Amino acid sequence: MGAMIEIQNLQKRFGDITAVDGVSFDVDRGEVLGFLGPNGAGKSTTMKMLTGFLPPSGGTARVGGHDITSDALAAKRLIGYLPEGAPLYPDMTPEGFLAFIAEIRGYRGAEVRARVDDVVQKVQLQKVMRQPIETLSKGFKRRVGLAQAILHDPQVLVLDEPTDGLDPNQKHEVRGLIRSMQKDKVIILSTHILEEVEALCSRVIIIAGGKLVVDCTPAQLAAKSKWHNAVRVEIPKTESARVGASLADMFGSAAVEQLATEDDDVSLLVSTKERRSILSEISQRAQSEKWKLDGLHVEHGKLDEVFRELTRPTVAN
Amino acid sequence: MRSTLVLLKRELTGYFATPVAYVFICIFLLLCGILTFYLGSFYENGQATLGPAFFEFHPILYIVLIPAISMRLWAEERKQGTIELLMTLPVTLPQLVISKFAAAWIFAGIALALTFPLWLTVNYLGDPDNGVIVASYIASWLMAGGYLALGACISAITKNQVIAFVLAVIVSLCFLIPGLPQVAGFLESTLHSETLVEVVRSFSFMTHFGAISRGVIDLRDLIFFASLIGVFLFMNAIVIELKKAD
Ligand SMILES: Nc1ncnc2c1ncn2[C@@H]1O[C@H](COP(=O)(O)OP(=O)(O)OP(=O)(O)O)[C@@H](O)[C@H]1O
Ligand SMILES: [Mg+2]
Repeated sequence: MGAMIEIQNLQKRFGDITAVDGVSFDVDRGEVLGFLGPNGAGKSTTMKMLTGFLPPSGGTARVGGHDITSDALAAKRLIGYLPEGAPLYPDMTPEGFLAFIAEIRGYRGAEVRARVDDVVQKVQLQKVMRQPIETLSKGFKRRVGLAQAILHDPQVLVLDEPTDGLDPNQKHEVRGLIRSMQKDKVIILSTHILEEVEALCSRVIIIAGGKLVVDCTPAQLAAKSKWHNAVRVEIPKTESARVGASLADMFGSAAVEQLATEDDDVSLLVSTKERRSILSEISQRAQSEKWKLDGLHVEHGKLDEVFRELTRPTVAN
Repeated sequence: MRSTLVLLKRELTGYFATPVAYVFICIFLLLCGILTFYLGSFYENGQATLGPAFFEFHPILYIVLIPAISMRLWAEERKQGTIELLMTLPVTLPQLVISKFAAAWIFAGIALALTFPLWLTVNYLGDPDNGVIVASYIASWLMAGGYLALGACISAITKNQVIAFVLAVIVSLCFLIPGLPQVAGFLESTLHSETLVEVVRSFSFMTHFGAISRGVIDLRDLIFFASLIGVFLFMNAIVIELKKAD
């Protein structure tokens, strides 16, 4: 048997717009796949096709070996899906809604209660079970959405921006929940938060303009950044020659790059080929040579930078 | 089948989760009463029957009341985005279409059944043919199903419930008017063909409801309403398949 999820040359056109343009990838059990891309890249559209909501204009998506269009029911049974924005029935209570989901997922009698209780425990919904969903805060609504997605302990979990709009505590909780479930499952989540990818995902896919541009691990992605572990040295113009020479002496002249200058300040960006941590070396040298420093920063651009670099050109057209 | 029942249960309890259902039932009963007693001259009739006074107004009553039920069926689902949730559950499109329709139809049946005090009244006042009354109730409910299937299909076209309501009223009127006695003369003078007039009239709720409500159960009338429901539900499924992404 192939991978749990097999997506081949998937395409979706809305009239003249090509939202997804030939995306292919496989995902195996145990993987947490982060789905990145600028707004309108086609992330949600890909997920909607993968979960059987939208029929593809071309290509195939298979879940557990079941084609999502020709063998939809079998595929859908394997999937738990949190659609973008977590749509829910506003008039229902979480209790009624989750019981409905449990029944439609095939549980009966006492099992329904047991599944609902279990999932309510996991996402901490006890306090709001009898309140109409429309009166819940955004965070609780998102948790109800998450609860319905994981209720049947699905083998494939597809989450479209699961932490969007949550406060930092709730983000943390949701991430913990996802991490606790990753074993033996396929989890695909889309997000605009790059730390989330670093914290959660074993693999990253970036799509832009409907096309897949990167498919690698978060570490590999970060390593693509020239900023990785680079140090930015801010000094007055008068110092630039002396400090520049000294840095070139330490790391080689290729390692030092002069960035755009503003007014009387000069910024030098120092990075090593192997991208090792060099802050302490530089600060020691600065002390011993008594540089007039205006600032010394380790660059944290990393994933953001790579993301921007990879997706900007496609967004422009 | 089980999935259909689960979906149906959710839909049906949904009606009673908000006051809307109770308001609807009250208005329905109120209008039934007003039409029967004032316009239908229930007392002057002198006959102990629900026939002309009560059932005669149902085709017109349903023109506005049934679209009020059907307008939200799909429009709301699409507006809220819950259709995405629904259609990624392990259920089929026919199951969804049928369960929504069936729940609405049962709800309409409940409203209709709650007019039973009128039935008791005629039995108290006289000695009506209860067989005819039962037949009329069934006919009325079947006709409500026709209006509902039509309204459900229209509700799938738009995300806006008001538009769904207005369109359903207009299309329902198109199915009502050709059968009205008032337009019979007009039809004959414009179509110049007896067969054409018959064809046009045969598409009207009025034509098929009239006979059954008088206690004459003709298989053709039952088949008319049943196939009307079937055709509109089939179209409903197609419309959903085409429009769900918008
Ligand atoms: N139903 C639709 N009709 C027409 N165009 C659509 C439809 N759904 C999506 N699109 C278009 O397809 C493209 C991809 O949209 P999609 O929602 O998949 O992006 P996304 O990557 O999820 O973006 P975001 O990060 O903003 O959620 C966009 O250009 C969008 O306008
Ligand atoms: Mg999206």
